[in-house]
Amino acid sequence: MPVDPVVPVVEITDGAVELGGRPVLRGIDVSVLPGEVLAVLGANGSGKSTLIRSMLGLAPVRRGEVRLFGTPLRDFDDWRRVGFVPQRVSAASGVPATVLEVVSSGRLSHRRPFVPPRRADRAAVESAITAVGLADRVRDSVATLSGGQQQRVLIARALAGEPDLLVLDEPTAGVDLSSQQVFAEALSGLVERGTTIVLVAHELGPLGPLVHRALVMRDGRVAYDGPPIEVFTDADEHGHHHTVTTVDHAPTVAAPFDARRRE
Amino acid sequence: MSLLSYDFMIRALLGALFTGLAAPAVGTYLVQRRLALMGDGIGHIAVTGVAVGLLTGSSPTITAVIVAVIGAVLIEAIRETGRTSGDVALALLFYGGIAGGVLITGIAGQSAATLNTYLFGSITTISPSDVWVTMALALVIVVVAVGLSPQLFTVAQDQEFARVAGVNVRAYNLLVSVMAAVTVTVAMRTVGLLLVSALMVVPVATSQQVTRGFRTTLFAAMTLGTLASLGGVWISAYVDAAPGATIVLLALAGFAAAYPVGVWLRRRERVRRPFVAEDEDEYAVPEPGDHTVVPEQHLHEHGDDCGHPAVPHGDHIDYVHDGHRHAAHGAHYDEH
Repeated sequence: MPVDPVVPVVEITDGAVELGGRPVLRGIDVSVLPGEVLAVLGANGSGKSTLIRSMLGLAPVRRGEVRLFGTPLRDFDDWRRVGFVPQRVSAASGVPATVLEVVSSGRLSHRRPFVPPRRADRAAVESAITAVGLADRVRDSVATLSGGQQQRVLIARALAGEPDLLVLDEPTAGVDLSSQQVFAEALSGLVERGTTIVLVAHELGPLGPLVHRALVMRDGRVAYDGPPIEVFTDADEHGHHHTVTTVDHAPTVAAPFDARRRE
Repeated sequence: MSLLSYDFMIRALLGALFTGLAAPAVGTYLVQRRLALMGDGIGHIAVTGVAVGLLTGSSPTITAVIVAVIGAVLIEAIRETGRTSGDVALALLFYGGIAGGVLITGIAGQSAATLNTYLFGSITTISPSDVWVTMALALVIVVVAVGLSPQLFTVAQDQEFARVAGVNVRAYNLLVSVMAAVTVTVAMRTVGLLLVSALMVVPVATSQQVTRGFRTTLFAAMTLGTLASLGGVWISAYVDAAPGATIVLLALAGFAAAYPVGVWLRRRERVRRPFVAEDEDEYAVPEPGDHTVVPEQHLHEHGDDCGHPAVPHGDHIDYVHDGHRHAAHGAHYDEH
């Protein structure tokens, strides 16, 4: 009997993604092994965000295949093993929500409809909030928190699901250094427990020491894949902290039933 | 003599009670998804449904439910596929709905007065069977809105996160739309199709003036909606005013009363935490070395969450304070 090779947590073979008819990713072959901490770096518009979104099915691949925990993405339904921290949008939705409520929604994949949260759910939510240092703000409205604190709420929401794979999209963009240090601590706790982490970053900052492997994206292709080298940990040579959204300059004719242009 | 000695009054109050509970429950999710006017749009579309009922001689309530649900599913489909131009598509549906309704009512040979009872409500003419239908549908809506609140909340708050959590986002979005359509037709007899959106949205707007959480907003809105509907029916019985309009004006009066309280609460919150969501880039970091020791007594210990924006500066963190930056240096703070 052959020895079972280690099943990669994330595996993309010959992946290609197009958004709104434009190719964004081409010829992507990436596999992330259990317990690895992978940082995806690159300039704006290089496709690093799209890469991690394709891992989760949020940006479906046009060619090739994505597997999570060895299962093709379309058959994958064990979502409680996956945690996702999206790029921070304004946390204030139309109706106020407390820190507790937002973080509790991270437990959703463990819960059944119409069944109240069990003790394990409450405990996981509580420890996730403590891990990001917001225990004193549990009952506060998310809208009253600072940008860095709101980002911490989103991290806590992903932690509450106790995932085996944590995917973070620019968790440190526009976040003050003290909040960045809180994440670094929270993440290093996860790394010790063997959680696989994939994160997109403009610059690593305090997260640098945690990263095992760096992937540098350029023009929708993987330009470098290997140990993090000093030069890559500050990929944005201009030192910007803000993220610039790339805008499609092709004029859009607005007809009411036009398909949405996906960013 | 009590109003409750009249059967029609009991029916009116029961109808008001249940629509007052159900409408804000659905409205909370619509407001959270920034679709506050969706109820209004569905109301417009339902006018066609009522007219079809008048034309075919079947129950206008049933045809209105069917047409409103079809309309809600269409709106959801347009919303999902179109982004910038979605509102134009919605406008086409809305005006098509109301124009179609007026046209078909005319073809059916019904007067505008008949249509008016649906447009502006006619709670005192509600029949016993209508009351039962109202109560049953409203109950289903309340059970779903409260029972599935974790799922509905997550989907409305962050769709992509919900998708990665394995939630069927499309199904839940559709569920909210269908619930909104059913609510509109349930509330059609109480406040009328043109005012139903007010009962869905105004209590939510009122309660979020003072609430900080989602569940408290949901329950407070349901309470306020119930109070407004019961109060509106009660008042209109004495002063001989249109019940639907009275209910909506009462709900708006509640908002007018809560708004100053909300302003005061928000101002107090800002005073407590003077700096929120500052961008570190706003404070340029000068060359290291040019700093002076803060002369004044510094009683405040800077740290995590102290409310002062933190700015990384070389090997330490500065805190922005009264327009300048403080850096911890031993027992005192340096001023940059």
